[in-house]
Amino acid sequence: MAAVISSGFSTGVERADGAGPAPVRVVVAYGFWLFILSDIVMFSGLFAAYAVLSDNAAGGPTGRELFDLQKVFIETFCLLLSSYTCGLGALAAEWRKLKHFLIYAALTFSLGAAFLYIEFSEFAGMVSQGAGPTRSAFLSAFFTLVGAHGAHVTIGLLWLIYLVAQIVIKGLRPAVLRRLLCFSLFWHALDIIWIGVFTLVYLMGKQ
Amino acid sequence: MLAVACAAMPLVSCQRAGILDPRGPIAEAERLLLVNATAIMLVVVVPVIFAALAFAWWYRASNSRAHRSPELAYEGRIEFVVWSIPTLITILLGGVIWIGSHQLDPQAPITPGARPLRVDVVALDWKWLFIYPDQGIAAVNELVIPAGKQVSFRLTSATVMNSFFVPQIGSQIYAMGGMTTHLNLLANEPGQFPGFSANYSGDGFSEMRFTVKAMPAVDFRNWVSHARDTGAALDAAGYNELAKPSKAVAPVTYRSVAPKLFERIVDHTLSCPAGAPFGAAGCAPSPQAGG
Amino acid sequence: MLGKLSWEAIPFNEPLPMISMGVVLAVILVVLAVVTFKGWWSYLWREWLTSVDHKRIGVMYVILGLVMLLRGFSDAIMMRTQQAIAVGAAQGYLPPEHYDQVFTAHGTIMIFFVAMPFVIGLMNFAVPLQIGARDVAFPVLNSISFWLTAAGALLINLSLVIGNFARTGWMGYPPLSELAFSPGVGVDYYLWSLQIAGIGTLLTGVNFVTTILKLRAPGMRLLRMPVFCWTSLAANLLIVAAFPILTATFVMLLLDRYVGMHFFTNNAGGNQMMYVNLFWAWGHPEVYILILPLFGVFSEVIATFSGKSLFSYRSMVWATMGICVLSFMVWLHHFFTMGAGADVNAFFGIMSTIIAVPTGVKVFNWLFTMFRGQIVFSTPMLFSIGFIVTFVIGGLTGVLLAVPPVDFVLHNSVFLVAHFHNVIIGGVVFGSIAGYNYWFPKAFGFTLDERLGKASFWCWLIGFYLAFTPLYILGMLGMTRRLQHIPDPNWQPLLLVAEAGAVVIFCGILCQLAQLYVSIRTRERRRDPSGDPWNGRTLEWSTSSPPPAYNFAALPRVEAIDAFWQLKEKAGGRPAPAEYQSVEMPRNSPIGFITSFFMVVTGFALVWHIWWMVICSLIAVVTMILVHGWSENRHYEIPASEIAQIETARPDPGGRAWQRS
Repeated sequence: MAAVISSGFSTGVERADGAGPAPVRVVVAYGFWLFILSDIVMFSGLFAAYAVLSDNAAGGPTGRELFDLQKVFIETFCLLLSSYTCGLGALAAEWRKLKHFLIYAALTFSLGAAFLYIEFSEFAGMVSQGAGPTRSAFLSAFFTLVGAHGAHVTIGLLWLIYLVAQIVIKGLRPAVLRRLLCFSLFWHALDIIWIGVFTLVYLMGKQ
Repeated sequence: MLAVACAAMPLVSCQRAGILDPRGPIAEAERLLLVNATAIMLVVVVPVIFAALAFAWWYRASNSRAHRSPELAYEGRIEFVVWSIPTLITILLGGVIWIGSHQLDPQAPITPGARPLRVDVVALDWKWLFIYPDQGIAAVNELVIPAGKQVSFRLTSATVMNSFFVPQIGSQIYAMGGMTTHLNLLANEPGQFPGFSANYSGDGFSEMRFTVKAMPAVDFRNWVSHARDTGAALDAAGYNELAKPSKAVAPVTYRSVAPKLFERIVDHTLSCPAGAPFGAAGCAPSPQAGG
Repeated sequence: MLGKLSWEAIPFNEPLPMISMGVVLAVILVVLAVVTFKGWWSYLWREWLTSVDHKRIGVMYVILGLVMLLRGFSDAIMMRTQQAIAVGAAQGYLPPEHYDQVFTAHGTIMIFFVAMPFVIGLMNFAVPLQIGARDVAFPVLNSISFWLTAAGALLINLSLVIGNFARTGWMGYPPLSELAFSPGVGVDYYLWSLQIAGIGTLLTGVNFVTTILKLRAPGMRLLRMPVFCWTSLAANLLIVAAFPILTATFVMLLLDRYVGMHFFTNNAGGNQMMYVNLFWAWGHPEVYILILPLFGVFSEVIATFSGKSLFSYRSMVWATMGICVLSFMVWLHHFFTMGAGADVNAFFGIMSTIIAVPTGVKVFNWLFTMFRGQIVFSTPMLFSIGFIVTFVIGGLTGVLLAVPPVDFVLHNSVFLVAHFHNVIIGGVVFGSIAGYNYWFPKAFGFTLDERLGKASFWCWLIGFYLAFTPLYILGMLGMTRRLQHIPDPNWQPLLLVAEAGAVVIFCGILCQLAQLYVSIRTRERRRDPSGDPWNGRTLEWSTSSPPPAYNFAALPRVEAIDAFWQLKEKAGGRPAPAEYQSVEMPRNSPIGFITSFFMVVTGFALVWHIWWMVICSLIAVVTMILVHGWSENRHYEIPASEIAQIETARPDPGGRAWQRS
């Protein structure tokens, strides 16, 4: 099959309509991107539910009472920075700089783990106050939307460990690089969703 | 032959009932819309069906008299007509839809200015409770109304989603837990009309039927007085008893109704878990914003 | 230890499920015995169960659809029979607790496990061949998709004998589907089997959009693709955009049921109307996912059997993509009676009418394809003509229902039931059978028996009208849907006619089964050595029947619409390449089959709350994924010499095999 062009995030030469089947890297990235779009549609269903239910606190605690914007700011900083380090790691991998890649991967992991730690402690705090997901529809929607994002971050971190293991053992081969490309797309998409969560849930909830 | 059989079926069934036998202005308007919209579309559908069969027959391979054009894959004029016909029908129907939806909005009063009879409807498992808040009585599975007078309904459900429907009088509308929907209907003349739930709600659904009895105003007043003298009181205890699941409940009336019963049922459904008795202390009504 | 599961879950005292289970088990045992005695296990494993070949996967999808059609149809005939006899004082033979499961299972199975597999099966088989590709973009994912769908089907069938199924209707509206009103396992079976199958379908969507947009043969620009590929593209875009909504909705209902959340409960702020909106935001695109590929089948069939190009290709493409976009803007017409108000109702009513425009354009284009053509009344063509006549009636009743005040008196009546069966049977079923008859010779090398095919057509057509015309009338007379007991004896004659119609349709299904059996027995008579029995226009007919694993020895160079027709006209057939090159093909993989086995276990364990089993089987699934995700040796090479051998052994094109049947 055609040779793979590795040039950062560009998918190579823009193929004209009717130029024949695209190279593997393009096909894999395109398919994974479509999958991410479908995941975003799923999140939009959860966002829609949150928007409808955000005022239905059933006499229980509301967002204004519960949200700690400081912690959310730190979380956001961690996640966005981890996207940056992920990008740097992908570049290092493209340039076959294994040591740099491992450092950036470790940073990405730590920042993602920090995000999860803060989020988990937020959830635990809310549950201990009696503001768990079964208290009201608003809380059900909150925990599900934010929790779904957190679950995706968790899966991302496990995936990162798995990928690092592959890279260390097998090396930066084309197949492994394609998988890293998919992971990067996934990790950046989680950032995009978090921006939605941050704005619609926390910022607007605090109004 | 199949077509003839299918066309004959409506005649054979020999019934004028349901929405083809409207007894109120809403139902009459809706039947008119049904007939008009069908007629508009038949103008296109009948020629299309005819053309499909005619082309298939005439251009069959064995027909040596047919003129063939194997290269005919595009013709601008045909294209124009092909897009125009559905578009014109759509524009026409679009107007019909806009006007009809507004004129026949269930929430819109039928006779503005005149004071309607108010009936509060509660869907239970598996029967219908009709509360007359102005008369202070209630009835189960029998809806008695004065003929010629607008009836203004508020509807809710104490359990799952149902749909209140009397085909000969007019539109149906969903009855949902914790929510209030509105409907306005009018029966022209005295008569008896079947009503039922038009949204599946569980094992007793098929028996969730009621009868609408439209009667002259004098008879209606007599019926109200009679109901005030007979039957039990629909207080909290009475309501709890009624709310227990039952099917094919015979019509019964209540001589009195707890004040603001409809509002309290809505509130109760919103605040208390399903199955909790009405008036239970455990679940206080909560202020509900939105929903 | 076993969660909620106990011996009481098996309905020993109910004859119907026990007899059905007995029959099904007997059939399964016989099949397993035959396969074992004939030593076919290694063949089955190697050639079918672990196959990642789109042609094999397509055939397996169609087989799944046909098998589940028998289950879905038995539910239908049970319902018709109950309604025909349970009139007035008679109570019929199905008490509400069972009848309610039967109609829920009927709808769920027909949509998710008959129609979807059929449509996806046809797309799987034909799309890569039509675009001149060797396989889909992600062959292993394709296999996983199929087996996950089969897993969902198995789970739903388990509910017949272990526990029971949902009693909520196929839409599963809350609060009836919430734990408070449906405390048993039925709704959980419904939710998990659809979630599992839904993952498979979503992956198919991703796979086919990528395939169609990125793997077309050289020269096959988008506007030179067969119309079936355009409609498949539209349908798969809809899958990617709509199925995740269903996933999210079911996740919310599952959380309500399993954790005690309040998305859709009556109390604590839940909103049942939101479920209805979300469900139909998926549900309306779903019906277009079902019908669009079949519109493509009709385009191919009508063009082929009229001996003409499809009339106005571009306008068909515009109409298809227009329907694709508009399908997301009409969902509220499924619940005009929920009280949204005149402005909202009118908007969605008008949008629903607008979507009839591109559909109408398609019908006219099919008529003008037939116009001045040379029409051959093969089985697929009969189904296509039957479709045009039947579907426009269904479209008429659909537009009627799109007028909100008319819907106020027809919503949820059997008029509605007749409408959607009208478009589903007239469109999806007729199209599936047409596609099945049309592509069968390509898949297996011999055509199907024409006489039995035509017999099944007439049975389906007559049976449909007999079964559903009475329902149109009854809906207007005031009969609502899902009634276990009929209150008005005047309705019985019409219900008996409907029952007769169901029996005639049953004869149609029997004819199809007979057709398959007879065609296999007498296949030598209808062998198609040319690969092109219908004088087809698109690329799949340029391959042998069945095509070799690699589809095309050399990727075809495409220069116009109806690529194969152009080749035949100009080059007189299939030009042989100067020299053959070796071809890289994807290896088989057991991951689909094994993962799905464990997903059945996971789903079952979730239904019955057997938490340790859930964890163990999920670990197995994750392990499979990790093992597969590590591997790189996923291809094998077919050497040029082998390809040359296969290609030169092909007979020359010629002969219309089917005409001799």
